[in-house]
Amino acid sequence: MRLTVISYTIVGLMALLLLGFWKLQIIHSDLYAQLAERNRVRSIPIIAPRGAMLDRYGRVIVDNYPSFSVLLLRDDPQQVDRLLPQIADGLGVTADDLKQQLDAATALPHFQPIVIKPEATPGDIAFIESHRADIPVLEMLMVHRRRYPHGGFMAHVSGYVGEVSSDQIEESGGRYRPGDIVGKAGLERQYNDHLMGIDGMRRSVVNSIGREVGRLEQTDAVPGKPIRLTIDYDLQLVAEEALVGKKGAVVAIDPKSGEVLAMASQPSYDPNDFAVRISKEEWQDLNEDAERPLLDRAIQAQLAPGSVFKILMATAMLESKAIPADYHIFCPGSAEFYGRTFHDWKPQGHGDVDLHKAIVHSCDVFFYNVGKQLGIDRISFYGGNLGLGHRTGVDLPGEEPGIMPSESWKEKVFHQKWYPGETISVAIGQGAIAVTPVQVAYMIGGIITGGRFHQPHLLLSDKAAPEIDFPISDSTVETVTEGMYGVVNEPGGTAGASKLPGIELCGKTGSAQVISEQGLKRAGKQAALKDNAWFVGFAPRQNPEIVVAVLVQGGEHGGEAAAPIARNVVKAYYDKKQGRVPPQQLTTQAVPPGIPPSFAAQAAARTNKPDDGQEETVPTNPDPVPAKPQPVSTKPQPTPPATLNP
Amino acid sequence: MNEGTGIRDYDWWLLTIIFGICGVGVLEIWSATHASHLAGMHWKQMWWIALGFGLMMLLSRLDYHSVLDKTPVLYLIGVVALLAVLVVGHTRYGAKRWLPVMGEFLQVSEIAKLIIIVTLARFFAEVRTERLAVADLCKAAVLTAVPIGLILLQPDLGTAMVLIPVVAVGAYLAGIQWKHAAVMLLAAALMLPIGWHHLKPYQKERVTTFLRPEEDPKGSGYQILQSKIAVGSGGFWGKGLGHGSQNQLGFVPVRYSDFILAALAEELGFAGVFVTLVLYTALLLRLIQNAQHAKDRAGMFLVMGVAAILGFHVLVNVAMVIGFMPVTGIPLPLMSYGGSAMLFVFLALGLVMNVRLRRFVN
Repeated sequence: MRLTVISYTIVGLMALLLLGFWKLQIIHSDLYAQLAERNRVRSIPIIAPRGAMLDRYGRVIVDNYPSFSVLLLRDDPQQVDRLLPQIADGLGVTADDLKQQLDAATALPHFQPIVIKPEATPGDIAFIESHRADIPVLEMLMVHRRRYPHGGFMAHVSGYVGEVSSDQIEESGGRYRPGDIVGKAGLERQYNDHLMGIDGMRRSVVNSIGREVGRLEQTDAVPGKPIRLTIDYDLQLVAEEALVGKKGAVVAIDPKSGEVLAMASQPSYDPNDFAVRISKEEWQDLNEDAERPLLDRAIQAQLAPGSVFKILMATAMLESKAIPADYHIFCPGSAEFYGRTFHDWKPQGHGDVDLHKAIVHSCDVFFYNVGKQLGIDRISFYGGNLGLGHRTGVDLPGEEPGIMPSESWKEKVFHQKWYPGETISVAIGQGAIAVTPVQVAYMIGGIITGGRFHQPHLLLSDKAAPEIDFPISDSTVETVTEGMYGVVNEPGGTAGASKLPGIELCGKTGSAQVISEQGLKRAGKQAALKDNAWFVGFAPRQNPEIVVAVLVQGGEHGGEAAAPIARNVVKAYYDKKQGRVPPQQLTTQAVPPGIPPSFAAQAAARTNKPDDGQEETVPTNPDPVPAKPQPVSTKPQPTPPATLNP
Repeated sequence: MNEGTGIRDYDWWLLTIIFGICGVGVLEIWSATHASHLAGMHWKQMWWIALGFGLMMLLSRLDYHSVLDKTPVLYLIGVVALLAVLVVGHTRYGAKRWLPVMGEFLQVSEIAKLIIIVTLARFFAEVRTERLAVADLCKAAVLTAVPIGLILLQPDLGTAMVLIPVVAVGAYLAGIQWKHAAVMLLAAALMLPIGWHHLKPYQKERVTTFLRPEEDPKGSGYQILQSKIAVGSGGFWGKGLGHGSQNQLGFVPVRYSDFILAALAEELGFAGVFVTLVLYTALLLRLIQNAQHAKDRAGMFLVMGVAAILGFHVLVNVAMVIGFMPVTGIPLPLMSYGGSAMLFVFLALGLVMNVRLRRFVN
């Protein structure tokens, strides 16, 4: 009897144990299969290189260099915790820093390694190699570090890359994964999908002590595709050099196609700082810098255009036919409108003034009268159609629309009526109106080509850029062109000093007050707020090929501060076109793409950061294979030009 | 003594089951070690099996009554041997468990198990009352407690525990009274905290990590977790012999010994486990059947002692592999690699055969 009880007990217990196996092997077998896979498989990403950025002739402006990052394998949190002090010591970082990085990564799955030191030094590599046995949680990851021209050259156009943010991951709908390096600004961001490759994965089998015992499949990385820009490196260089030490922007556009030949903004930042991992402090400094180096003034500075706006006024006057083309006034140096005196920039006056003279001498009183007769809504109509008050659509993120005021605009924004006196200010490009440099180049390019507005773009493409036509009569184009030719080439023209022998440079100067006079009084200080200098020029007179808009903030006089810059860019364009100056030869050496030492030195001298001279320290190249200096000829590279539609 | 002890009288069913289990064990030892530096281990295991089988046959020829007669001497030898181990024993893994005998290290506690089985069988057989008296119960307890204490000093908690079911099953079959059983259980429960206090740190750790294995993935909880991963990932049909990544890559601890069932579960799946557990159930039921047919009380107690100790081994080991019990270092009889354990099991089974062969005598 008792033996039978024991028999049943045994059978019962065995059945219970079998149930236990059933639970593990049948019910939860997927979970344990996953855990088993995680146990034995270590996945190390193979980072895909980003595509290079080439100028319009195939010269490399932005490329990559090989580097190593230190990966921390976190499969075993206990082991990691135990080894943390040793790791911190060996890599020369603080244990607190490592702890922080680990804490930040708690949301990621354990089997996903994290980068704890993006730029491994040769010492770090030696440390990892020599401690493979006792610190098995460190691994080296070959990465392709972005290499930008130093000194902030073209930084706002190229933009920079960085670790993808959680917002971007959400927006991407699963295309980006945590830890991905993506474009954060500029073209890097605009064409990220094109530039970014697809990371591969090396999966290897490891045994219980972490030693690799075999390879599983390897997914090779798909490199990102290069992009060919419309930028002409030679013109860009001239523009950048001209702006060194200044605050402003240069935009050079081919008005026939909308291709951006040069686009510079200063002060700038060094995107190479972002390429590794920018520290919180550096980022804060850049953001809080009163000079606002992160602002791309070419597309984001929204400022009063000053007298450059008179070209639009002239076009509106002629095209609307509200005022006869031979309209002329006498300018005594000021005029009274609506009970208020408006001064001309020339106190003694311009005397008898017609439209041509008004453009050449930039007579304010003439355009006060034109503005009064046109009225704000007609000005706004032409402004809107000639490219102001809305984005040009240039292929860069963050372009600002500027402001083209009108009665309805004021009603909508300020819930106030428009005062006729405001029209008088707007007529000479002051008051509520605000434009960006790229808008100015776009507007002038459209006017002088008879109203064919080509969307400005930076990506070289076979397809024509979107075009907006707002036909302007030939006579208007001729009158405006003659006026702008006079500004540079006639005696008394406001940009006479920028005359170029043999080149038909046309243009218009502008000197815009930063804030209104009332505002100035309120601010109580005058010295700090010097006028912004503008110049927009083009060449040649017939069938123009290049439009250059220049802004120098605080430059005071457009003719003195801005016009020479445009002149230099145009001169460089012709020098090259006529074969007088050979194009720059670019190399892809560790020293960044052919920045002449003069520029780098100036840029270094300009930044008076405490860590001055940092720009000259070439990043240590931990690649055991010495990077071969590859001379790059200017003939088109084998890399196919990108054919994205901008 | 030879009447009725022909070839036909051996328990062929039992032998079949034994060799079935041994065969599965050898196969899995081969599978788990053939690709490592331990390759060839299955040959050694087969040698132990052969030796064990020989000893079993020898022991089965000897009348178990003559063994029972020598119980006091055997018991004394056992106690002395356990003492000797504590004094001159060979230390491995921080515990003195081995005595050098004939060039091999013999785990003395394995012999002690046999001696306890025999001693208790004789003791309970001589208690002729229908109900077990308190005095007898206490005597049995003391008889068991002495070797348990000595084994605990080695220290070897696992083996010490293994002796308890022998006395428990014996007492149950001898007619223990419910109130006595309850008092014993209560006493054991009260002893627990005191016992806990005397546990070695690694033993405490094993118990705590058994209760919360996920908190300590690379400590002792690691072993249970890795064992469960290996078992669970095997699925129904397993990954195939030689293809269990978890045991082949060394994630399963001592995959050829204490955790051999985890390796088997990974490679042969639930199907393999089912067959294995059916074999063990059959083994135990067959032992009980032999006990029922034993000629006398002593034979019955002898067989049930063996059944108790083997059953306990199997249940605890299997439960450990799937995380139902803490890691105790109790091997799976007939399957786990190891000479001493293999010899002990075969000798114990030799006692069973012995009883079987003499069931019709007189």
